[in-house]
Amino acid sequence: METIKLTIDNKEIDVHRGTTIYKAARELGIDIPTLCYMELHDMGIENNPAGCRICVAEVEGRRNLAPTCSTKCEPGMKVKTHSTRVLNARRTVMEFILSDHPKDCLVCSKSGNCELQDMSHRLGIREIPGQEFAATSTYRKDTSPSIIRDLDKCIMCRRCEMMCNEVQTVGALSAVNRGFMATVAPAFEQNLEYSTCTYCGQCVSVCPTGALTEVNHVPQVLRALNDPTKTVVVQTAPAVRVALGEEFGLAPGSIVTGKMTAALRALGFDYVFDTDFAADLTIMEEGTELLDRLTRHLKGDKTARIPILTSCCPGWVNFFEHYFPDLKDVPSTAKSPQQMFGAIAKSYFADKIGINRKDMVVVSIMPCLAKKYECQRDEFSVDGNPDVDYSISTRELANFIKQANIDIKNLHDEEFDAPLGESTGAGVIFGATGGVIEAACRTAYEVYTGKKLERIDFTELRGMEGVRSATIDFNGLPVNIGIAHGLGNARKLLDEVRSGKSQFHAIEVMACPGGCIGGGGQPLHHGNSEIIKARAAAIYAEDRKKPLRKSHENPFIIKLYDEFLGKPGSEKAHHLLHTHYFDKKKKIIVKK
Amino acid sequence: MSSIKIELRNEDVDFIKATCSKFNSDPQELINVLHSCQEHFGYLPAEVQEVVSGHLNVPVAKVYGVVTFYSFFTMTPKGKHPISICMGTACYVRGAEKVLEEFRKELKIQVGGTTSDNKFSLSSLRCVGACGLAPVVLVGDKTYGRVAPDDIKGILKEYEK
Repeated sequence: METIKLTIDNKEIDVHRGTTIYKAARELGIDIPTLCYMELHDMGIENNPAGCRICVAEVEGRRNLAPTCSTKCEPGMKVKTHSTRVLNARRTVMEFILSDHPKDCLVCSKSGNCELQDMSHRLGIREIPGQEFAATSTYRKDTSPSIIRDLDKCIMCRRCEMMCNEVQTVGALSAVNRGFMATVAPAFEQNLEYSTCTYCGQCVSVCPTGALTEVNHVPQVLRALNDPTKTVVVQTAPAVRVALGEEFGLAPGSIVTGKMTAALRALGFDYVFDTDFAADLTIMEEGTELLDRLTRHLKGDKTARIPILTSCCPGWVNFFEHYFPDLKDVPSTAKSPQQMFGAIAKSYFADKIGINRKDMVVVSIMPCLAKKYECQRDEFSVDGNPDVDYSISTRELANFIKQANIDIKNLHDEEFDAPLGESTGAGVIFGATGGVIEAACRTAYEVYTGKKLERIDFTELRGMEGVRSATIDFNGLPVNIGIAHGLGNARKLLDEVRSGKSQFHAIEVMACPGGCIGGGGQPLHHGNSEIIKARAAAIYAEDRKKPLRKSHENPFIIKLYDEFLGKPGSEKAHHLLHTHYFDKKKKIIVKK
Repeated sequence: MSSIKIELRNEDVDFIKATCSKFNSDPQELINVLHSCQEHFGYLPAEVQEVVSGHLNVPVAKVYGVVTFYSFFTMTPKGKHPISICMGTACYVRGAEKVLEEFRKELKIQVGGTTSDNKFSLSSLRCVGACGLAPVVLVGDKTYGRVAPDDIKGILKEYEK
């Protein structure tokens, strides 16, 4: 590739032709500020609409200032990123953006974690000239089961639109209208609820301001905790323990399982359980279904649909219900771990401690915003009483802990409660892309072959490439595995399934890039994919530490089947742990 | 946002399909397809946009984004007699604002609106190039010059048949 030489702030640099000034400057250690540009390098995700104009720089010989995020380097270019002209222009641009932005920073849910606020601080903006004359555009607020849209705070960076359309191929959001009224909205500016939104929350995780945030369920949880008539049970998803620490200043990838457990107990939860237990249970059910369908398929049974698709991810479930309803018999019927946990907690466990399910409140801590919607689905309730009452995100939990004056960093590690807090390493790795199918392979291999698995780590299933494939040898039977994370990648595999070209026996799909560790409810990564990689490494480290690493070896899972469920796939298991899917294509209607 | 819910007839859907096919169902041709559809239907109701979205494989939010970006596209049906008032500089200084106000009062609709009997719709535009006749009003293809607020009732009467 051709290399070219240029000068940025009097420093010479050689770059490949096609490199933008912004990236070249980064290589020189010059951190040009920007509001709209964002790159998740390891996932190949980039947003550069050159919309915010904060990143402008002076290029010698060029009349106007250049947006560095989208201007390519030329040989001999002389760039100044902090001349008087640049700094004044940048300040003016920022003042214009702020002139049409609410000034309620004190009470904004993004306060302290807002890129716009940080930028204002960084650029030293101390007043907004002419503000008293400036009109501000206002927009109707929209609250869906998972996501709040407050478009008064939108700065049109269009990161959400890029995530929704290019990465996720959901197409729920688009830039609409023009000029002052321009904003990002679903079709016909309807509420998100009536769009094709999957609630994956990737828009929320990249929004630089408070325009897109999660629905806060902490007040409801607090009320339940203070209600003496309620037994409050909490479950924590695997991806939470490797990210929660970030909210308290710990390095990305810090594992805070023990401290999180202690903090939850300090918050007043009666039982601190683990979604990983339900993940192990998921493997028992989903793994059984996989082997059943696979063996029937191999025997030539045409009713056995292959490939089987995982169904743990609620964003993914929403996606195929909207876009591939014709394939709704392809995914596993196993409920997600969150919902399996709720169903078992409010039946088996409620019986065990002798209370009515109506007196139990199940709270889940999730890296996910779609889980909020999932737990509200009608099919996951009994006589109007939901299996999981409230789902709060990692970010909400962190805020809750801070509100409760709990110094999490100095808490002593504590263990989960038994019996629904016991899990294996297989349950832990659900949090990273490829983890569910690896966990399934660990169990399915031993059940199918009747032999002990020598090599527990299926490293060929790990990684960050958007679509991955591997063939696992089940003692002579080659099982073709496909993995996709990010819904755009899932769509590619689904299109193959629809056209009958898919060679896979089993496919794992996670809606969010990186899997749950990159979920919409996680601490904000602000465009740094190293953070997501560090969380993945932590997930696998946590797995290695576990004495048991295969779901079917979990003694409490074995006990649960002995005492209550019978065997995997039994009628009772089907009743409690399996679900069905809906054709939501017709739901995309114009509400007026 | 349109407040009219319409039921597309089969032949309407067929027309949209045929239009998309004419442009090879190429997503890049979205604007051309919308042009043809607006010419045919007179406007672009949500239902038309949804069918276009399906056939071009473009999210309906994107279609709506394009429709709302270009002022040429409209989601409200135009009346049988579309009225346009020139608000260019010359017309404006000679009282176009008052003329517009009179139309609004008489028709009881806002700019961009259509009367409930679908007879008239009201819009403003910038300079029709007849500044000597300012202020200028267009009703359909007919041009009225030197219009005063007192003339409005008379103009509307011409179309009340």
